[in-house]
Amino acid sequence: MSKNGLATLLIWLTAALVSGVFVWLLSDIIIHGLPKLSGAFLVEAPKNAGRSGGIAPIIVSTGLILLVAMATAAPLGLATAVLLSEFTRHDSVFSRLVRRSLDVLAGVPSIVFGLFGNAFFCIYLGLGFSILSGGLTLACMVLPLLIRTAEEGLRSAPNDYRLAAAALGMSRSTALLHLLLPAATPAIAAGLMLGIGRAGAETAALIFTSGYVDRMPDSLFDSGRALSVHIYDLSMNVAGGDANAYTSALVLIILLLIINSIAMGLAKQWSVIAV
Amino acid sequence: MSLPRVDRQLAALLRGCALLVAAIVLLILLFLVKESWPVLRHVALTRFVTDASWHPVQGLYKLTPMLSATLYSTLGAVLLAAPLGVASALFSRYYAPPLLAGCYRRLIELLAGIPSVVYGFWGLTTLAPIIGRLHPPGVSLLTGILVLTLMILPTVALTVDAALAAVPIAYVRGAAALGLSRWGLISGVALPTARSGIAAGIMLAAGRAVGETMAVLMVAGNVVQQPHSVFDSVRTLTANIALEMAYATGDHRAALFVSGLALMAMLLVLVGAAELVGRERHHV
Amino acid sequence: MKKLGIAVALVLVIASVWGLLKTTPSEPKIQKLVLTGSSTVAPLAAEIGKRFESLHSHVRVDVQTGGSSRGISDARTELADIGMASRALKEDEKDLLSFTVALDGISVILNKANPVEALNKQQIIDIYTGKIVNWKDVGGNDAPITVVNKAEGRSTLELFLHYFGLKNTDVKPQVIIGDNQQGIKTVVGNPDAIGYVSVGTAEYEAGQGVVIKLLPLEGIAASVENVRNRSFPLSRPLNLVTRGKPVGLAKTFIEFAGSPQVNDLIEVQYFVPAPR
Repeated sequence: MSKNGLATLLIWLTAALVSGVFVWLLSDIIIHGLPKLSGAFLVEAPKNAGRSGGIAPIIVSTGLILLVAMATAAPLGLATAVLLSEFTRHDSVFSRLVRRSLDVLAGVPSIVFGLFGNAFFCIYLGLGFSILSGGLTLACMVLPLLIRTAEEGLRSAPNDYRLAAAALGMSRSTALLHLLLPAATPAIAAGLMLGIGRAGAETAALIFTSGYVDRMPDSLFDSGRALSVHIYDLSMNVAGGDANAYTSALVLIILLLIINSIAMGLAKQWSVIAV
Repeated sequence: MSLPRVDRQLAALLRGCALLVAAIVLLILLFLVKESWPVLRHVALTRFVTDASWHPVQGLYKLTPMLSATLYSTLGAVLLAAPLGVASALFSRYYAPPLLAGCYRRLIELLAGIPSVVYGFWGLTTLAPIIGRLHPPGVSLLTGILVLTLMILPTVALTVDAALAAVPIAYVRGAAALGLSRWGLISGVALPTARSGIAAGIMLAAGRAVGETMAVLMVAGNVVQQPHSVFDSVRTLTANIALEMAYATGDHRAALFVSGLALMAMLLVLVGAAELVGRERHHV
Repeated sequence: MKKLGIAVALVLVIASVWGLLKTTPSEPKIQKLVLTGSSTVAPLAAEIGKRFESLHSHVRVDVQTGGSSRGISDARTELADIGMASRALKEDEKDLLSFTVALDGISVILNKANPVEALNKQQIIDIYTGKIVNWKDVGGNDAPITVVNKAEGRSTLELFLHYFGLKNTDVKPQVIIGDNQQGIKTVVGNPDAIGYVSVGTAEYEAGQGVVIKLLPLEGIAASVENVRNRSFPLSRPLNLVTRGKPVGLAKTFIEFAGSPQVNDLIEVQYFVPAPR
């Protein structure tokens, strides 16, 4: 067989293998998870250590954790992205310093964020096991992602905008607010969605920061169990928890799928490289 | 050129935010050192290498088997995921008919979004028993590598796909005009052009593999030992922290923060390597 | 105009976050009781906590899992109001007070496909120290034994080692697990594995048709029944731990957890209510 034919064969085989394994994985979760999935599962509180009942407080806690994470990370991330793309030269010392530390931050393992969050937010700042601690820890984690996508979005705004604004005597701030940020909005939104997706899938960083309490949270100072932590606890620590673990996994995948689809849609519109 | 006042104020504000962001890494390092200090103060650094085993409750702190477990599992996963991921990207870009390519890309995107606990859960209940039949105990370095491969494959596939998309269409047309076969086009034009993008994607994936915690904790067996074969069970640095942190107090807890420091050291090496690879690209 | 809109939106976001943050301090009537410690006790304590909350509307009971040693150290430093420990207090922990809520046993488990029906104490010791590495040496199939051990810090590990007179450095495991369920899943997935978990958990899973079996210890069947009548040799108390005599809310909670009002919750978790 020719080299060309062999390559074609191998590549088709790879695609078949990859699809096969993933269809296997997904069907496994759907088969085990679907029977228990119902409206009641989404609105009831967990009963009997999570073996029965639903996951309503856990969805609320997850939502609050994500809200805290995004409310903190979005303004900080946007500010940094604007600075990097509009207010500093690419090769300035300051910009290089910030970029370098972002590269490192992007690679920090989530469990190390968990250690840090536990030591800094929970103990040093005295926030304890709380939704606030978990959310702030996740905020640190998603910052590099938000900054990268927002920066790409700003860069892709045509340079004509900047030149025209300068020619009209607009301040950079005005140009930013009226021209550049609106142009970069889809990319920024895509970054936010990707960040939510990443944060929503997180377990390791949350176990030691937001804790295990599966009650409906009253405030951000309450401990709240995230959906992925719930799956972990049900499958590893609760006898007979598997059925609900599968169903919770299915719910989490569906939620993340929706969020990721929005992100990918937005990203494609703006041709930002979104991974 | 001097900026208007409002611009200078804004720049100062933004600079403050950026400094805060840049400081997070330092803050993380600072707190890791602070929390590991109780044990670093009275245990020599060399003991993390020379102690007989990892039994922190009995005051034995050998970390090296976990370091090599992290290296082996990352290396194995990258060696498997890189060719599979590149082939996946080639498939959806050059081989599959448009409709199928779209579906395949959607599937990969979906996989990129599946949380690691789900991979771990599936690996423990489905994959580990199959490997166990091949060679006990089933939860092993191999199972860890396979699950990690599944997890980082989408990362490789999507970055390589993006890099291939950036290959100028003129190159492709030119190659076609020269009568190159499809594989000739790919190996001669597309892959070399996208080389640095592919390398960056693999680096990114390697970073994920090093940092992955929950899935590895569930499927790799967690015995602290130098593996003699891929069927031996191993414990990675990340799994070590997740497994014992909730149960640790005093020196034991501090020793786990030392694991965290070791991970950060590995990460810095990896970022340095990515820097070298990415030097030819415009920016990483 | 747009600037104004963004400014207003920003203020609103900050105000709403601030408002959320402030809800707790402004409602001083809510009292919080924090329990940390043993992951074996935690699900039970959480259930007791829920019932306690339903009786005392102004109380919130927070249960965080960790290990027994964590529970004890948190109770000592008063990081937690009440610590949870799935073992009796040691000599050097007598500065604390313990209150037994329930009893549990630890059982050696095998896969159902394994023909071995019983192991004596010495055989278990030899298997865990790597002197016996094949099932055929104890009357089973010709297959290598997969030894499943618990990770450091778990009191299940301490009790198991103590009962068999072992040190953790002597144990030669092929797999190390964190929580009970991981142990059961490992034994289910591997017909040649041997592990040990809480009797309650194992009996529940076996009753659900999971392919594990509980080995008798010193000829006494591992069952919740034998834990109840105190004949099973490897059993342990599930304790709530406090520093000094509990007062106020902690006292009320501990009294409640020790009362017959929670017996059904204990039974549902497959533990045995402590003698009152």
